[in-house]
Amino acid sequence: MAQITLNGKPLYTAAATLLELKRQFPNRTDVVIYNGFQTDQDFPLQDGDVVALIQKGIMPSQDELESLMCARHTPEVHQKVKAAKVAIAGLGGLGSNVAVLLARTGVGHLFLVDFDIVEPSNLNRQSYYISHLGMEKTIAMRQQIEQINPFLEVVTQTVRVTEENAAALFQGYDVVCEAFDNPVAKATLVNALLEQCPQVKLVSASGMAGYASSNEIRTTQKFQNLYVCGDLHNEAKAGNGLMAPRVTICAAHQANMILRLLLGIEKE
Amino acid sequence: MKINGVSIPLPAPVSLVELLEQQGYPTTRIAVEKNGEIVPKGAYETTVIADDDVLEIVSFVGGG
Repeated sequence: MAQITLNGKPLYTAAATLLELKRQFPNRTDVVIYNGFQTDQDFPLQDGDVVALIQKGIMPSQDELESLMCARHTPEVHQKVKAAKVAIAGLGGLGSNVAVLLARTGVGHLFLVDFDIVEPSNLNRQSYYISHLGMEKTIAMRQQIEQINPFLEVVTQTVRVTEENAAALFQGYDVVCEAFDNPVAKATLVNALLEQCPQVKLVSASGMAGYASSNEIRTTQKFQNLYVCGDLHNEAKAGNGLMAPRVTICAAHQANMILRLLLGIEKE
Repeated sequence: MKINGVSIPLPAPVSLVELLEQQGYPTTRIAVEKNGEIVPKGAYETTVIADDDVLEIVSFVGGG
């Protein structure tokens, strides 16, 4: 007998292998995920294994849904990110995409801060839809996250971040993502948090405009608590606009560095 | 002294704000570490840089 987790619930099973287990559930055999890995091969079952059996096109019950959604995460990774708290300052091209990536990753608590509303020129790179035009970005992003992963705690604040309110807003977060557009706002937030919140790790961005090589965008640890993603020089200006591919690449760099920090990895 | 790993001769100590100006850094768009410690924005004028100091400067450009 092995004690495993099947679709989020503990199960004592007499099945010796994954395929034997699968044969016991003939109505849910489309997708088999074994310890975070989708497979059609057989594995011997051991105590502690995490298995998901999914039937396509069938809406699972609410309590089963969460376990099936996180079935592709490596189990111990999922538990760590679920317990983590991340704040995202700015929900533009960087922050909206970072928020979506962290929601898919299952980061358990997200704090979303932006002062603005969605307007048409945002849609060339930011994760919003026509239906969001005119809506506060914090609300529009919360709606998307509810559709991506309803099992997260999402807190929002529609406010402009300043030197004066930055520490009060972001104190207590494991990691803060700086995702502003304006370079003075970027520097103001970074300085305020490095000065006033020495336990916060900051993942910032600088240089992602235009369509220069993707490979120039890098993640660099600049200070003990400051990582910067980007090519560090391609600024948004007349003739060099912000475009979805490089902005999204940069956002993905930020999201992956945040994930690494949540898992205790400080190397860039 | 060194800025971002590059040696810069410094004949006499200067204030950080003077040095940043000489080197062309816009003070509103940067963050500065001196010998591994963040220099608060409000201390740029009173922070003195000597020849054995090491500065790391992060510059932010627009876009996001």
